[in-house]
Amino acid sequence: MAKIKLPAPPSNPLVSPKRPGKKYGPSGPLEHAEEGAVSAVGWIDERTSLSGGLRWMMFRKVPKGTNWFYTLGSSTMFAFLSQAVTGVFLAMYYDPSATRAYQSIQFINNEVFLGEFVHAMHRWGSSVMVILIFLHMGRTFFFGAYKYPRELNWVIGVALLVMTMTMSFSGYLLPFDQRSYWATIVGVNINGTGPLVGPYLSEFLRAGPYFGATTLSRFYAIHMLLVPGAIAALMGFHLYLVAKLGTTAPPWIRAKAPEALREEKIPGDS
Amino acid sequence: MAERKEPKSKYTLDRQTPGAFEGETVTRRRVMVVAGQAAGGVAAAAFVLPALGFAMGPIFEKQDQPWQSVGKVDEFTDESYVPRTITLVEGIGDAGKSTVYIRKYNPDLDTEPRDEYNSYIAISTLCMHLGCPVRFTAAAQRFICPCHGGVYDIVGKVNGGPPVRPLDRFYTRLVNNAVLIGPRFSVNSELRRFSPRDPGEPLDGVGQYLYPSRPSMRKIQGT
Repeated sequence: MAKIKLPAPPSNPLVSPKRPGKKYGPSGPLEHAEEGAVSAVGWIDERTSLSGGLRWMMFRKVPKGTNWFYTLGSSTMFAFLSQAVTGVFLAMYYDPSATRAYQSIQFINNEVFLGEFVHAMHRWGSSVMVILIFLHMGRTFFFGAYKYPRELNWVIGVALLVMTMTMSFSGYLLPFDQRSYWATIVGVNINGTGPLVGPYLSEFLRAGPYFGATTLSRFYAIHMLLVPGAIAALMGFHLYLVAKLGTTAPPWIRAKAPEALREEKIPGDS
Repeated sequence: MAERKEPKSKYTLDRQTPGAFEGETVTRRRVMVVAGQAAGGVAAAAFVLPALGFAMGPIFEKQDQPWQSVGKVDEFTDESYVPRTITLVEGIGDAGKSTVYIRKYNPDLDTEPRDEYNSYIAISTLCMHLGCPVRFTAAAQRFICPCHGGVYDIVGKVNGGPPVRPLDRFYTRLVNNAVLIGPRFSVNSELRRFSPRDPGEPLDGVGQYLYPSRPSMRKIQGT
């Protein structure tokens, strides 16, 4: 016979045991609601062990001297999230066809409740994201936070910067007014000036030799599916490396030697 | 000298791999790993390759450029240009239209040899810097681009600014007293015909090789 002793099941699963440090179990609707929320979170955590990962991500040790400049990365991420959410809702009204795109933007701006506001958030938010990403890059550079062992994170950050620029370029066409149209013609032709591959690259972007029927939908697919998915994935990896490697102290913080070592005199040192 | 390490036998039996067979060189685990990865690769290629081909397809597809009438012969002179709107891409409204400047061949201006495709000269309005629309300014007898200051003379050769080659042209043809506009072609600074290139791609010297023509649009054979 097996000698394993299984713990006895709780006598009544509907009655919560009292919490440690409390005299009684939950009483009153508020405490019961709290108990319900706690047990729901507990149910998920028992099956996923997510809390460990979350604690690892959120409660990290940060070096002395950490300041507001260290929030530029998460600011960029929130700018991206804002772009993602407003973009999803703009997509509900937007029509990526060369003959109806402009009207659908007019409809969003003039008819839809809060349409102009959400459109403006997306439009101005794109500039905010580009500004923040450069500030974040500058912070990383001037604080020397790109050095070993964080070089790979710098490289990923540069890829994210390029993809953000791709988003700006592809999104610029979508309102399909005169400015969008000619700016995209010029932008695609700039791509075409690369030797050997340039002509094929511009043709790929236009889906043909001329700005055609599928150019707009191609830009739309790049703008809302291809690049944002890649940005989200790389951003996740970027964050993982930040949590794994930790952040750097600002360059003006000197490392303090432990007390015992400071007392020690180096031979030959006066 | 240190003793050299005995090289490992290629037979799993000699390496004392558990469950080894006589004469076996590759473990079954290894076969399963490689087969599993190969199956995954085949499955991924089965959707990635068609999707890539789908996205790249238009690069290799020949674009149809039908001849379209732009007016009767007596609507054009050999002195100055007359603007006409043509359709480059069907079905997308204004975005598929473009302006073309047309005049009669003028032996005093035009140096290129006459043939069946240039009794009327049709100049594209695509600026050869980066593709903004140029306008013919009659007072200056020049094509002027509003974007970055490209200036071309009356036959479309570069006078100043950033453009890298003369303005593109269209083949023209006469049918029943009507002027027809056909495919576009590019020219170098001597107005020699080339398969159409995008703006910003020079055609003089090494440029014609650095910026190859594409299968989607070619000039008419033998012109």
